[in-house]
Amino acid sequence: MTEQLQHIDQELFEILETVSDPEIPVLSIMEMGVVRSAHIINGIVEIEITPTYSGCPAMDVIAEDIISAFKEKGYVAKVDLILSPAWTTDWITAKGRAALEKYGIASPLSADADKEALLGNKKIVKCPQCGSLNTKLVSQFGSTACKAFFQCEDCLEPFDYFKCLK
Amino acid sequence: MDKDLVQYIFGIADNALILGQRLGELCGHGPSLETDIAMTNISLDLLGQVRSYYQYAAKLMGDDTTEDTIAFLRKEREYKNVLLVEQPNQDFAYSISRQFLFDSYHLLLLEELQNSTDATLSAIAKKSIKEVSYHTRFSSDWIRRLGGGTEESHNRIQEAITHLWAFTDELFHQTDADKTMVSEGIGVDVTKLKDAFYKKVSAVLEESTLETPQLQYFQKGGKQGVHSEHMGYLLADLQYMQRTYPNMNW
Repeated sequence: MTEQLQHIDQELFEILETVSDPEIPVLSIMEMGVVRSAHIINGIVEIEITPTYSGCPAMDVIAEDIISAFKEKGYVAKVDLILSPAWTTDWITAKGRAALEKYGIASPLSADADKEALLGNKKIVKCPQCGSLNTKLVSQFGSTACKAFFQCEDCLEPFDYFKCLK
Repeated sequence: MDKDLVQYIFGIADNALILGQRLGELCGHGPSLETDIAMTNISLDLLGQVRSYYQYAAKLMGDDTTEDTIAFLRKEREYKNVLLVEQPNQDFAYSISRQFLFDSYHLLLLEELQNSTDATLSAIAKKSIKEVSYHTRFSSDWIRRLGGGTEESHNRIQEAITHLWAFTDELFHQTDADKTMVSEGIGVDVTKLKDAFYKKVSAVLEESTLETPQLQYFQKGGKQGVHSEHMGYLLADLQYMQRTYPNMNW
């Protein structure tokens, strides 16, 4: 789908990769898929980011972190928040998903599976600690807007599941 | 400045602001940790949506208005939210019933608003639908759980639904700004959502072994800025910091 394409100048990519999500520090904003475009226009780096959730308090911090990361490299950057097209968990990269799992957050399933999991109908969310599928939904809402709360019934560890957003 | 468009935006966004404020009151006071976190997460989603609407309205107004002055410095009569969302949190049955009734309406509204000829409103609606679908799932689930739970939970949720029912009709009243915006292809004709709303809500109530209230008389006024007695107290809480320490920032 063309609307999902990111337009990012190659030389800016590396700097953007150093900016992490303040709520999930193991994940860069590039892996998260929130940066939609980055270009140098008349000497200024113009960047567009999109929120994961409307009320995500991390967005203001991300915008500030981007500006200071570019400042360190001698660039002047400007960040705009765009709403369309709306962010989806499909934009989290494969590397990002692996980082989430390693950090202890189960990464989003497909939309159909997600619904079953969040209604507590099927045991399909894998425990990021021990890999067991014997897990249960504790709460549809978790520590942040983007997550639900689960518990593993084998290793008994509680964990976050990153909800699928389509 | 397009006055009707600004008023139209307030008509939609003020609902989310006031309901967000009501839900925020539950922070640390929910009946259980999970419901507490859920209600405040929903509040956060709504406040995020409000920011997008108010930022757009502030841009249209073009003076020194900002999203914060719209949220914190208007007078009671200038808020155009429906009476439903300002009703207080009496117990969890009331809070979740108010949520269920509003969510059911909100989702129908956004599904239409995403087709607006106004690109900003359409983008906000598309973003919000994803969040509100989840809210609807959560609140409907609790109606089923409490309706089909114990005798106590059943009676209390029925009482809350019956009480709040009087505020549902207002959701489908058109204001003058609504009519103008509908004619320009920007706004949603809420009168057309009414049948779908009652059908959807009644179906969930039936599943939950609850009765759909039959009322002849409904409350109205919020859309014209004429609010219930609860609104003043709510605004006193909401506006306290900005009124006491003007222009304060985090």
